[in-house]
Amino acid sequence: MEYFIQQLINGISVGSIYALIALGYTMVYGIIKLINFAHGDVFMVGSFIGLYSAKYLTDAGFPPVVVLILSLVISMTISALLGITIERLAYKPLRKSTRIAALITAIGVSFLLEYTGVLILGPQAQGFPDIMDKKQFTLFGSSIQVESNQVMILLTTIILMIILQYIVRFTKTGKAMRAVSFDVEAARLMGINVDRTISATFAIGSALAAAAGVIFGMTYNSVDPLMGVMPGLKAFVAAVLGGIGSIPGALVGGLLLGTVETEISSLGFSSWRDGVAFAVLILILIFKPSGLFGKNVREKV
Amino acid sequence: MKKLNTNFWVGIIVALAFYGIVQVLLTTGIFSDVTRSMLLLIGVNIMLAVSLNLITGITGQFSIGHAGFMSVGAYTSAILTLDYNVPFIPAILAGGVLAAVFGVLIGMPTLRLNGDYLAIATLGFGEIIRIIMLNTEYVGGASGLSGIPAKTTWTMLFLFTLITVVVINNFIGSTHGRACIAIRENEIAAEAMGINTTRYKIIAFTIGALFAGMAGGLSAHTFYVITPGSFNFLKSFEIIVMVVLGGLGSTAGSIVGAVFVTLLYTYLREFPEWRMIIYSIVLILMMIFRPSGLLGKTKFSLGKLGKKEAKANDAISESSAS
Repeated sequence: MEYFIQQLINGISVGSIYALIALGYTMVYGIIKLINFAHGDVFMVGSFIGLYSAKYLTDAGFPPVVVLILSLVISMTISALLGITIERLAYKPLRKSTRIAALITAIGVSFLLEYTGVLILGPQAQGFPDIMDKKQFTLFGSSIQVESNQVMILLTTIILMIILQYIVRFTKTGKAMRAVSFDVEAARLMGINVDRTISATFAIGSALAAAAGVIFGMTYNSVDPLMGVMPGLKAFVAAVLGGIGSIPGALVGGLLLGTVETEISSLGFSSWRDGVAFAVLILILIFKPSGLFGKNVREKV
Repeated sequence: MKKLNTNFWVGIIVALAFYGIVQVLLTTGIFSDVTRSMLLLIGVNIMLAVSLNLITGITGQFSIGHAGFMSVGAYTSAILTLDYNVPFIPAILAGGVLAAVFGVLIGMPTLRLNGDYLAIATLGFGEIIRIIMLNTEYVGGASGLSGIPAKTTWTMLFLFTLITVVVINNFIGSTHGRACIAIRENEIAAEAMGINTTRYKIIAFTIGALFAGMAGGLSAHTFYVITPGSFNFLKSFEIIVMVVLGGLGSTAGSIVGAVFVTLLYTYLREFPEWRMIIYSIVLILMMIFRPSGLLGKTKFSLGKLGKKEAKANDAISESSAS
């Protein structure tokens, strides 16, 4: 039982990373119906920006907490700009074309980011600096351990989620995003600047992916230019699991997937982990295609 | 109808002439080994692209798991020739048949899905097949199978490619093919017209998987080694890219796309750092400036002979779309 809870805690910290990436997928899909395959690579870019800013800031002598917050902010800002640029250059010209063309473009952007990364940074993995000293906390006696890192990851995720909920629910941009995802044409008639809203969606999604990238670097201490592929796919699975287009769905899907994966690994089937993730995806799609939190959309004739 | 027949025979004759010329060039040694293996790769890719085109371009079912079928065919035929000394052609056919069985298995449950959800489900299936191979010691796990006899000759490959193109192209032209096109254009309308959409989607998946499996077997017997990693979703993407670049829904387009992508890949190999960057930029620009692909919806026909008919067909499909 204690072992199970220990794995649950580990699962939640992996799941938070998936959840943060899944949010970007779900928001972009909700608004322009595009599976943004490049999203996993924005996560990678965010991670590298986090790595370099953390190194630079630590050398400059800032205290660890400041380093963490500043590198998160820097990484999220630059990645948000990257997201907007990608949207403007690659996806905007394709808004009227077929879904498959948009999808191929997304794959193209994904390759472009990955291999530009390989060209500039080299293919080998790089160590992520330890921003904060790792401490172990013990809970309920002595058997369950929580790392300070894990607490921090969960805290960061929760804070970002609260900010996101605030943006989506109460700000003008958030309302515009919800309107556009409900009905683009009607939103346009109501005077909403659709292009700007889509850009804002990409910016927010990319910023969250970047945050996930920094957290990922801190958890696994190693980043490389091709690292975005698998987490990107898994996050998409998480988004579908929760019901694509739904923000709480992405959170729950991510945490659920992270937990299932860690439990599977802890049972000694770690090489089957990815397979289980996809099997979960297919089962969900077959039995509840709209996901756990998704709405069923009737097909109009 | 007569026109189609002449076209068909002209096509076969041109293909055979091409085969003859290449065969002469190969036996006289004008073509190097590098060119030979590139030709084999092109043939395999043509089979893959044409078979995916049946699923995605003609029936409109978006599948990103084609490499999974290829992998089933490759492993099956390789095990048969390696461990059981089965002759080459039956081994390839067995690989194709097993892949077709997987096509039925994958087709059936995923029929409830469409569009992007189907795409993701097929991607999941492809990945699951890869992970199963990765974890099965019998097929070599992560290091894969090696020492597969290189039995794929230019003649064999040409025959299989020709059969693929002829069978799939004739299927597309048949009543059944038209039913598939109807599903692509509007599934609900097709159903209302009495087309059994479920049946045709399974047929499309099965035929597509059959030929993808055979292509997998042929490629396994060309390159000595197969690993689970060579059938990941990047391979599936590559096949989709061939189909889309050539022109979705056009057999000729798929062939052109397969040749184009293979050549691009092979020649860019000289600039390893820049290869994927150039490739991705070509991809993005292509989709922005010519999303209908190199050949658009051109039908498989030669010169002016077939043009009228192609136009007539397009008019039919356009009027049904609107």
